[in-house]
Amino acid sequence: MHLFHKRGASTVIFLALLVAFTIVVTLLSEGMGVGIISTSFVKTLGKTLCLALVAISMDLVWGYAGILSLGHFALFGLGGYMIGMWLMYERTREIVVSSLADAPIPPTVQEVSDAIANQIFGVVGSTEFPLIWAFADSLLAQLMLVVLVPGVLAGVFGWLAFRSRVAGVYLSILTQAMTLALSLYLFQNDNGLRGNNGLSGLQNLPGLSDVSQAVVSVWFLWGAALALGLGYLLAVWVVFGKFGSVLRGIRDDEARVRFLGYPVETYKLVLFTGTACMAGIAGALYYPQAGIVNPAEMAPIASIYLAVWVAIGGRGRLYGAVIGAAFVSLVSSWFTGGQAPDVSLGFYTIKWVDWWLVVLGLSFVLVTLFAPKGIGGLFDLLERRTAPDRHGADLGPDQGALREKEASE
Amino acid sequence: MKHLLIVALALAMTCSLARAQEAPIQAILQAQAALIMENSRRTVAPAIAAVSDSGLPQAQDVLQAWQGKKLWQRTSDGLFFRAEKAEGKTYKLYDFDTRETAGSAPASDLEQIKPNSGIRALIGSALVQFQLQDADPKRRLAALTSVQRNPSADVLEPLRGSIAAETDPTIRAMKVRAERLLTIAYDPDEAERIKAISEMSGDLGVDLRATLNPLLATRRAVFAGAPPETLNIAETLVPGASVEVMQAYDMLVEADLAPSRVTDAQVRNALAENAKGGMVGGIPIRQLDDPDMRQRAYRALSAAGTVPPAPDAAQIAGALEAHSIVDVYLEPSRTMTNAVSEALDTIALTVGVNQTVDLILDGLSLTSIYFLAAIGLAITFGVMGVINMAHGEFIMMGAYTGYVVQQIIPNHTASILVAIPAAFAVTFAAGVVMERLVIRWLYNRPLETLLATFGVSIALQQLAKNIFGTQARPLTAPAWLDGAWVINDVVAISFIRIAIFVLAVFFLGVYLFIMRRTRLGLETRAVTQNPRMASSMGINLNKVNMLTFGLGSGIAGVAGVAIGLFAKVTSELGSDYIVQSFMTVVVGGVGNIWGTLAGAAMIGFLQKGIEWFNPSNTLAAQTFMIVFIIIFIQFRPRGIIALKGRAAGD
Repeated sequence: MHLFHKRGASTVIFLALLVAFTIVVTLLSEGMGVGIISTSFVKTLGKTLCLALVAISMDLVWGYAGILSLGHFALFGLGGYMIGMWLMYERTREIVVSSLADAPIPPTVQEVSDAIANQIFGVVGSTEFPLIWAFADSLLAQLMLVVLVPGVLAGVFGWLAFRSRVAGVYLSILTQAMTLALSLYLFQNDNGLRGNNGLSGLQNLPGLSDVSQAVVSVWFLWGAALALGLGYLLAVWVVFGKFGSVLRGIRDDEARVRFLGYPVETYKLVLFTGTACMAGIAGALYYPQAGIVNPAEMAPIASIYLAVWVAIGGRGRLYGAVIGAAFVSLVSSWFTGGQAPDVSLGFYTIKWVDWWLVVLGLSFVLVTLFAPKGIGGLFDLLERRTAPDRHGADLGPDQGALREKEASE
Repeated sequence: MKHLLIVALALAMTCSLARAQEAPIQAILQAQAALIMENSRRTVAPAIAAVSDSGLPQAQDVLQAWQGKKLWQRTSDGLFFRAEKAEGKTYKLYDFDTRETAGSAPASDLEQIKPNSGIRALIGSALVQFQLQDADPKRRLAALTSVQRNPSADVLEPLRGSIAAETDPTIRAMKVRAERLLTIAYDPDEAERIKAISEMSGDLGVDLRATLNPLLATRRAVFAGAPPETLNIAETLVPGASVEVMQAYDMLVEADLAPSRVTDAQVRNALAENAKGGMVGGIPIRQLDDPDMRQRAYRALSAAGTVPPAPDAAQIAGALEAHSIVDVYLEPSRTMTNAVSEALDTIALTVGVNQTVDLILDGLSLTSIYFLAAIGLAITFGVMGVINMAHGEFIMMGAYTGYVVQQIIPNHTASILVAIPAAFAVTFAAGVVMERLVIRWLYNRPLETLLATFGVSIALQQLAKNIFGTQARPLTAPAWLDGAWVINDVVAISFIRIAIFVLAVFFLGVYLFIMRRTRLGLETRAVTQNPRMASSMGINLNKVNMLTFGLGSGIAGVAGVAIGLFAKVTSELGSDYIVQSFMTVVVGGVGNIWGTLAGAAMIGFLQKGIEWFNPSNTLAAQTFMIVFIIIFIQFRPRGIIALKGRAAGD
């Protein structure tokens, strides 16, 4: 019911645009259409949709509940690791079985498993399957782990943190520490996940070796679009229901909501865990398109970039997160990919590969200072919707409910 | 005529005899001439021994000349001389016996003896006995060093002989120590060796352990039944406990005491070779993906005699039962090995105690690094409550300032003395600019401060990359900071770390002085507690915030110089420290410098402690440390030293 209630228009427009986008890209793709868009660009677009999904999860925790998590991209990476384990195991098993099929004596189960382990872990000097690969042979189990591992990690962490009333910047720093610990752990070679080599060859789907990447890329685009659409609907349902109202209440004044009798910690924990699962799913769709997942992807900086996307897109509105993720990641890859033309100043040539991060950093500062609503704020201007006069300067989404007078008390 | 000949012969003989008496060393050389000229490492040893054992004072000269390729033979009469190049193609000759010049000779009449490195080493060890008693203390020291490096039984006696006459107390002590070590290793008298071992027991020197450890060397041996009583046995291996069963059995096989085992791979290959018409040993091939079936097929084959029989588990156990596998000491004397292991146990205890001391020193030094990196943050975050994610980049700016100063001022001492205030000035200015342009607009929005300063941080990092490149830049410490304060072979701490400790203590003092004794500190504390009240008392909020933030940033810059001295200066230098710095402040307790100190100490010691358990893996140490901190914060959310009452802010 709520879907078309208040912000229903934006949801309908968004979903329509998403469907139209998917159809257009499919028709123009190499795999299923006229071939104007290259396969690698289809993959880039598919990956961007996954980034938009994780940006929505970030927007839910930050924009709606005021929890600046600097760990959601690490959970995204974990989802990628979980699906990567099955992809890598199954693909290696296929190769091993086909090469052993010519042997005069049929291989035993143990021999096959040893050969797979040798293929996968030879690079880190090990020939045995670590315990954490126990479910790698089952797609269903790994798909469940895609949701469970980020969810349980976020759940335990959130339970510990919210229970002891860690909030605000302290919580941000703590989530960043969690991310750092996770990426340092994954960097170790003896952790059973191939250390800094990460998992690779994920673009090859087991059992589908005769389907070309051009077609697979379109399938993943559809999958990502479907996940994004469903994720968006779920987010809309959460945000515009009673649950969402309480969340916004927590963001604007946690103490008041607590005094009204709401179990603030439970609300936060449910949201934190739920968005972690969402991030895991997004990661599980992203990394098969990227082909490789390694610990560098999960470094603390990646999670901060996620916050940057949401902030630039406009937090506190779901389509803002999608716009921010799509805009910044596509523009970033355009600039850092060496496609942007160099600017010659006579005495110095600006190479965008070198200067893009400087521009991004500074524009981020400018957005924070002058346009706290981000790109999404432009839509308000279009609709001529301005903030109600609250007899004071807008304090921004963090303390949006507080007037200037109250805030300074 | 015949008589005359005899007389002449006798004359000649007396002449050469006389010659041998007045030129004894030349005579020895002549006697060994063939070996010397053969110039081969295998055969030359008796010639060197003849010279060095002659007891003549000139022997040293000959050996030195020989070793230094200055020994020449005059082709016309076969005499040996020390020769030095003179004008043209002539050489000046020196007689060994008289030690005087013996005229000169053209190069064509001379042949140089060129000993190879192997021969020179032989000569070198023969020379040691002379050099140990040389008048020049430097030569004695050099000889002693060579003895320490290549200990051998031969030098024991010369070394002992040289101690009594030694005048230099340092060299004498070194000689006594070397003599003790050589006694342990080579003295033929066992009682002497054990006495030396018990005398040195508890000593920390690596050289002592290097002498003792080889005495406990073992070899692994297999015996049918019990091992002979006469052997000095270190350990009897129990299959399944101290050694794996299969490994133990393979040892029996190697010693030809048991039939060889058939591995799984061999079974597979044997089955593959004997496959006929889809069957092996009466079993269809497609059933052979089961290990039990494979064994059955193999047994069928071996029963038919096509493949060698494989010992089954019972046979393997029986063979192991019937044999014993032992580690035998190479040293036959049990008293000796007991004394050595006892001494090594005592040493291990002492080493353990000293390692603990060393670990504490390491922890202390890491503490001071973290404290130095976090003290600026203790001001900007702890006192002002501003989350400055660019703090790490201020540390990096300080380090690069040090690097630039060092490019201008080549003298390392002077450049460091200039770099510290310069780094403070640069980062102070950067901090003030950032406060004015960005942070002051966001005082009510802490999360956005975090993001905006993060934007500054990535911009600064990339800017540093663009200016200085991605490769690491060196920031060289002055020479007087090189080296380490060595207390003994286990406990040592480098001077740079001591300097950082001093710097950390100094800045703790600076912080306390500014916050408690100056106007700025008073105003800062007032502004932090209640900005409106402070403002109405006439305090200029803008100025105080600006200066306080600048101060915190400036200290970060100085920390950057200190960190740059031992770490490589790269654009990522700061981001390596930023999370730890925030952790330090949060764990310690925000707003309290003693809390920051306690936090740095906890993180520093914890990290060193975890590293000690698993020294090869610093990544694991960091991971566990962060997890520990996350759990710690559950129990003390406000840090080790929590502010109470109004100062706490809420």
